[in-house]
Amino acid sequence: MTADPPTPAPRGPRAIRLCRADAAAIVTHARAGLPDEACGLLAGTGERVEVVYPAANADASPVSYRVESRDQWHAMRDAEARGLEMLGGFHSHTHSEPYPSATDVAQAFYPDWAYLIVGLGGAEPVLRAFRIESGAIAEIPVLVDPE
Amino acid sequence: MAVEVRLPTVLRPFADGRSSVDSDGATLGDVLADLCERFPPMADQISPSDAGDLPRFVNVYVNDEDVRYLDSLATKVDDGDVVSILPAVAGG
Repeated sequence: MTADPPTPAPRGPRAIRLCRADAAAIVTHARAGLPDEACGLLAGTGERVEVVYPAANADASPVSYRVESRDQWHAMRDAEARGLEMLGGFHSHTHSEPYPSATDVAQAFYPDWAYLIVGLGGAEPVLRAFRIESGAIAEIPVLVDPE
Repeated sequence: MAVEVRLPTVLRPFADGRSSVDSDGATLGDVLADLCERFPPMADQISPSDAGDLPRFVNVYVNDEDVRYLDSLATKVDDGDVVSILPAVAGG
């Protein structure tokens, strides 16, 4: 009898923890991008976001986003200089649920990142986060600290 | 010209797990062609598009410059340059 092979531990953050100001900054950027989707990057340590990098949406589209490549480079270099890890990216869904679309899954090239989605379709914005690896979606908690 | 190519996590399995490899070429296109030849599975990810440009979801930087703002695949590379490949952050 052989033991089952060990299940690989999921990579990437198991939650996303934000201060209230950073959560508000993400929502503000998402609303400012309307009618298009808005996007950006998140850097920090472990599960805690310490820097939010709003970015331009190179697609300039209400149904897709692509972080402008120079913005991506500058964010990654800045995070590296601060000794932070890239924790993930964020983008808005202007009308649909904040849940990964087929496009989000197909273009999730960072399996060890958290993908934070801001839903703007309801009366209040909703933030949800996911890890997406090999086509599988796993929701992780979004924890907003009061301070 | 010897250049260092830094690979993102998703491409490392195609290069024996290495985070960077050395390459040669006069242009970025030469460097990417060299990688595709040496690591054939990588070709699906980084080969030029049908229009002969960088694939849409691949960003490449020579030193600190985004090649989409230079000459794309025709961007010249020099000895000691660092080429960084990053998948785009994208979705819908």
